[in-house]
Amino acid sequence: MRLIIQKYLYGDYGDGHAGGLEKASNQDQQKEWPLWEVFIRSKQGLDHKHAGSLHAADAIMALENARDVYTRRNEGMSIWVVESKHIHASDPDAAAEFFEPANDKIYRHPSFYDLPDSLKHM
Amino acid sequence: MLQQSISKLISEDQQIQYLLHLADNALILSHRNSQWCGHGPILEQDIALTNIALDQLGQARNLYQYAALLITEKTGIPTTEDQLAYLRDVGEFKNCLIAELPNGDWGQTVLRNFLMGSYQFFLYQELQQIATGQLKAIADKSIKEITYHVRWSADWVVRLGDGTTESHARMEQALELLWSYTGEMLEPSDFEQELIGTQSSYIKAAWEAKIAAVLAEANLDHPKNDWMQLGGKKGIHTEHLGYLLAEMQFLQRAYPGLEW
Amino acid sequence: MEQTTNQLQEQFQQRVDEEQKIEPRDWMPEKYRQTLIRQISQHAHSEIIGMLPEGNWITRAPSLRRKAILLAKVQDEAGHGLYLYSAAETLGISRDEMYEQLHSGKAKYSSIFNYPTLSWADMGAIGWLVDGAAILNQIPLCRPSFGPYARAMVRVCKEESFHQRQGFECLLQLSKGSEVQRQMCQDAINRWWWPSLMMFGPKDDESPNSKLSMQWKIKRFTNDELRQKFVDMIAEQIKLLGMVLPDPDLKWNEQTKHYDYGAINWEEFKQVIQGNGPCNKERLEARKKAWADGAWVRDAATAHAAKQANKKAKANSLTKETQQP
Repeated sequence: MRLIIQKYLYGDYGDGHAGGLEKASNQDQQKEWPLWEVFIRSKQGLDHKHAGSLHAADAIMALENARDVYTRRNEGMSIWVVESKHIHASDPDAAAEFFEPANDKIYRHPSFYDLPDSLKHM
Repeated sequence: MLQQSISKLISEDQQIQYLLHLADNALILSHRNSQWCGHGPILEQDIALTNIALDQLGQARNLYQYAALLITEKTGIPTTEDQLAYLRDVGEFKNCLIAELPNGDWGQTVLRNFLMGSYQFFLYQELQQIATGQLKAIADKSIKEITYHVRWSADWVVRLGDGTTESHARMEQALELLWSYTGEMLEPSDFEQELIGTQSSYIKAAWEAKIAAVLAEANLDHPKNDWMQLGGKKGIHTEHLGYLLAEMQFLQRAYPGLEW
Repeated sequence: MEQTTNQLQEQFQQRVDEEQKIEPRDWMPEKYRQTLIRQISQHAHSEIIGMLPEGNWITRAPSLRRKAILLAKVQDEAGHGLYLYSAAETLGISRDEMYEQLHSGKAKYSSIFNYPTLSWADMGAIGWLVDGAAILNQIPLCRPSFGPYARAMVRVCKEESFHQRQGFECLLQLSKGSEVQRQMCQDAINRWWWPSLMMFGPKDDESPNSKLSMQWKIKRFTNDELRQKFVDMIAEQIKLLGMVLPDPDLKWNEQTKHYDYGAINWEEFKQVIQGNGPCNKERLEARKKAWADGAWVRDAATAHAAKQANKKAKANSLTKETQQP
């Protein structure tokens, strides 16, 4: 039996077919402010980390909204916003070929090597 | 009611009057903005405007606390921020009239915040230079908040002025309504003379330039009417303030002298 | 490679059993998706409607400190609604659609917000009892199987921790105050106690969606388990206030090591859910009005953004033209 697997949301846009928002009636889609993903650097020296999403009409508003929504408790030093539709995501169905081949390359990890304890500074 | 000796001191002390004027502006504007909480046009903006209301409430509290401290020192009667906010009547409030007008629609609300915020911005910038001690500290802290308020509200004025036909018309109407209340902010009263009297013409010019630039960007015609409503700083208010205070002060008035 | 629905379903259940999170793009049974959309959007609606009863006192808070606390708290609720709507949006429903469901009366929200806030003490009682019940309901939700929901809930729970504390502090202050304040405090507890108990939902044997939700780890404890936990907690905490719970049957049971409590008026619960609570209509009207009044604002921002984008595109093409050799 062939199964149609429905996929939703960001990451799907980039693959050429629209995501779940297409399900919304077209009129709604035009009216609703676009969805943005918010990334926040909590401390100088750390990566920006995905904090959540929000709706905004434009990039300036998205940044201001992100500040007002996601940094009310001193959570941020810097904010990135990107419209959700611009994110390309890997396909979970391809997770096996994407990620499992790395499983057995244990020689990439320092713990793979058995060395005498007397060896210092390595 | 405030104790008589406190009221008397306030009526004679220009420094305290000035602090109360700044505090009242912040509190009354915060009150109006806080009325949007739960009723904004979209969640994100509901949160944004509440942030601004909280900033303004914080500014008001800092200023009332400082005024209360001075009053306590000068009269020997322990005075609190809440007494100053909750026990004065309309005639004793010194905020500009523009702060107490009803919110109107979202356009009128963001425009009011822009007009007042821009004034506060140039004023507090000056206060950072001239004021000393506690007032300078308050100005230093407030200016960052106000800078953001101006940025946020100016963005909205431009969006709505240069948005749809409807939003443009609504902004024209809001501007028409609010404009005659702007002059009061720029016209120093007695208690402002000593501290910022000499700077007032600079503040006025800076404010006018800022407003003109943003209105132009928003495609809004600069209002021609230059008749200005005055009175708030002297305690002569619009009819709206009485209702605002009746609501705000209700519990303190109905159950006097209690801790909450 | 083709997989049968059964295989997919088995793999799915296995992942859930192993406590692996399900992410938006993973395969999931349609019923799981629908259940989550229903649960998350109901939760989001409850946060948004929940702003109204407390918002009712923002302009009347009796001190500037209390005003700041209340304003920040109601604002948090807007934030929580936003996080939750976003989590639901990852399942392929738009926020506008969810609003439509709320405004048309199709979607439900927590029935507690259909009760009126009549005195300042209600701000304390809501924080202590209503948020207390919500937190008990929510803590297990920080580990639901659906990733975006779990992440939203971690944020919600973290922010919510001050909500219950400020409520209790508010009541504590009243309990130490004048006779009028103590009466105010007791009256608020009397009015909010039973509706709070109802917040945990129908009794287990009458809860239609519970079993599947437990199996899918969208839910971790049954309604009655959580309700009992709440009663045990509050029955102890109230001693600090010197107030009483309005339940003559409330009694410590040495055998079960729990508090026994009296019968809940489920007819009232049913009526409030069906729209007959004291404030159902006002709450919904307030939300609908805010949404309708905001339409021109949202449209204007969209129009302005489009104008700006056009201008930018034109400017870009002009520079390109001038750059041509």
